[in-house]
Amino acid sequence: MDTNQYVEVFLDESRDHLQAVNDHLLKLEKQPQEMSLVAEIFRSAHTLKGMAATMGYEEIASLTHKMENVLDLIRNNELQVTTEVIDVTFEAVEALEEMVASIAEGGDGKKDVSHLLAHLQKIETGETVAEESSENNQSQTTEMELDDYQSTVISQAKEQGYQAYNITIRLTADCMLKAARVFMVFEGLEEFGEVIQSVPAAEELEEEKFDQEFTVLLLSKHNETAIQERLHKVSELESVNISVLADLDNSASPSPNETESKESKQQDEKIEKEDNTAAETKQTTAPTQEKKPSTSKTIRVNIERIDSMMNLFEEMVIDRGRLEDLSKQLGNHELIETVEHMSRVSQDMQSMMLTMRMVPIEQVFNRFPRMVRGLAKDLEKDLELHISGADTELDRTVIDEIGDPLVHLIRNSIDHGIESPEKRKQQGKPVKGTLQLRAFHSGNHVMIEMEDDGAGINREKVIEKAIANGILSEDRAEKLSDEDVYDLILTSGFSTADKVSDISGRGVGLDVVRNKIESLGGHIFVESEPGHGSKFSIQLPLTLSILSTLLVTVSDETYAIPLSSIEETVALTNDQIMNVQQKPVMDFRGKVIPIVSLADVFEVPQEERTEKTDISVVVVKKGEKMTGLIVDSFIGQKEVVLKSLGNYLKDVYAISGATILGDGHVSLIIDPNALIK
Amino acid sequence: MEEISKVIVFQLADEHYAADIKQVSSIEKLEHVTTVPRTADFIKGVINLRGNITPIIDLKERLHIGKAEYTDNTRVVIITIEDIQVGLIVDSATDVVDIDPETIDDPPQMIGSVTEEYITGVVKRDDQLIILLDLDRVLNVDEINAVEDTITD
Repeated sequence: MDTNQYVEVFLDESRDHLQAVNDHLLKLEKQPQEMSLVAEIFRSAHTLKGMAATMGYEEIASLTHKMENVLDLIRNNELQVTTEVIDVTFEAVEALEEMVASIAEGGDGKKDVSHLLAHLQKIETGETVAEESSENNQSQTTEMELDDYQSTVISQAKEQGYQAYNITIRLTADCMLKAARVFMVFEGLEEFGEVIQSVPAAEELEEEKFDQEFTVLLLSKHNETAIQERLHKVSELESVNISVLADLDNSASPSPNETESKESKQQDEKIEKEDNTAAETKQTTAPTQEKKPSTSKTIRVNIERIDSMMNLFEEMVIDRGRLEDLSKQLGNHELIETVEHMSRVSQDMQSMMLTMRMVPIEQVFNRFPRMVRGLAKDLEKDLELHISGADTELDRTVIDEIGDPLVHLIRNSIDHGIESPEKRKQQGKPVKGTLQLRAFHSGNHVMIEMEDDGAGINREKVIEKAIANGILSEDRAEKLSDEDVYDLILTSGFSTADKVSDISGRGVGLDVVRNKIESLGGHIFVESEPGHGSKFSIQLPLTLSILSTLLVTVSDETYAIPLSSIEETVALTNDQIMNVQQKPVMDFRGKVIPIVSLADVFEVPQEERTEKTDISVVVVKKGEKMTGLIVDSFIGQKEVVLKSLGNYLKDVYAISGATILGDGHVSLIIDPNALIK
Repeated sequence: MEEISKVIVFQLADEHYAADIKQVSSIEKLEHVTTVPRTADFIKGVINLRGNITPIIDLKERLHIGKAEYTDNTRVVIITIEDIQVGLIVDSATDVVDIDPETIDDPPQMIGSVTEEYITGVVKRDDQLIILLDLDRVLNVDEINAVEDTITD
């Protein structure tokens, strides 16, 4: 079978399942008794195995198979959840992720996993209590996993004279309506008795989340041939394989009659009642049943399509602006009304369009729990990671970029922030350190905060280091506020680690983090309390394609300055401009900041330089540094669509792009960072 | 040069120039140009071309044969080469002409005042001399960057 067209789907789903395994494993570590978690992991592993086997990725299949076996033992209470089990499962998940990644890159997904297989095998056999129940045998021979509830049902049904059949149905390769065939099979089977279990689960079958084959467990009083004949009426089935469940076939009595079917109804009721009492065990499948419908309503859309739709829409936004201007000029009431209505609708559309590009930050946060766990182990630290606000949404482009800086900050906190357990004990702190990762909306921004309860930043040490590295002079050090000092750790050429460790001391300082965040139009702030921990706050714009700007004029030109960089706008009189070493400066809240005339920087031809009494200044900031930009006048605030200047004009000084105004004219967007020295 | 069959003929000063029609996406009237600071002199700025920001070049300045004078006949020839789109300011765009590759002569040392490096050939047609421009060379980005560097230095 040509599986190429399915690789993409396989990769997507594998990643989802691995992520699920990952999440549940972390939870299981905290609640080893929670059997529903084991069941979840098992389910994911099982699906993964099935998919991998169909796609011909033998290594993945065999590794997941082993995982499955171990999990099965846990599920049957034959094995305890130990750190060893969790560790080796994590390792297995990591190996699986690597294999999936290798497939994604066009590889064959092969990897030597023999040691993992051996380890899992050891756990499976070494610690297994002698297999008391025969169910375990079944589950291996039939691939049908039965939980307590189901085996009870089977044994009770058996007493009533029912037979348990394991039916494997294979659809033809060209089957078009898989879900419909599944339905017909189920309908057919239900004439004979009750389907108590299916692999994959019924919901997945309905959603066609299986390849060609599925297996059901049927309780019936009819014999195999009757069932076989009934199923043959369903078209597009390649094969139907019916076998009797091994341990239950001793009391087979396949003869249908009226009274028994009544009994079977009673049996049904009984099952329903049991359903309630056995809620705990039943829960193993329930959570996914609840989750599934919500995920099934999403579709995967190529980001390029959304981008090109966005581009088209941007053109419409520009036309909308033009229409608004025109309708005002014409003054026709009906026209104005229509245009206003269209504006409202398109504004709604615009926000919809933006939300389409939004993805929950969960995607980024998801990989942290395991990373933190691994780091804590490597560095012999004891800590807990708390994540909140993982559902906060951010623009796709920001999400793609923000992962690395966050990883860097987390590594930094664990390596330098959180103290060793012994030290924490000495200082009377809880032995277990905490690392909090929070994301939330704040106005037009998204804030990501990372707070640890570690040692905090040592002011003296930072200053010492900064002086040693030549980024600070001794006499200046005295005057620095705490904030200024903490800011130093984000400066290039700075690293506080005494010894270079594998974790954060890669010669890359936190300045990389700051640069990345600023390139995304965001800001990073550090707060710290020695002995109590530190907090890194990252402020990010919601989206990169639409900017809030302040429009200003310089001579005939209109420029847009991103609001995110603007500290304040002020009006100065001529005598408020002072000169320091022939460079103009101004006083801004007690600070002397340089001022630059945009007309001079951009060489805008000025017709006549009238001596104005009021000078309009936009104070822009980059980190702690500020500069005043002299403009002719302010027009006002406007949301603009950021457009690139194209490939011909690259790296224009202090210009980050352009936008088209309502009158169709192009206005340049200033990159204030370039103007701040 | 065999592939040139249809060309757009435009005028710069009194001379006729031509560009391969395959590289020309449209001819526009010159409207509001936004100046882009600190770029080469021949880059006049950017325009809004149906939602796309398109840089505008004064072709005369680019070829070192003077400066564009803006009249009613002034046109912008929008050309697209690979992923680059720019507009060239010309004095007027006159014609679409079929050219037989056989009639193309090698560029002489000096045509008017345009150096031969920007020329792929010349064609004589009805007493008219048409100069075929090498637009790839005209748009050579490296050269522009070099020019920019000298300006910002």
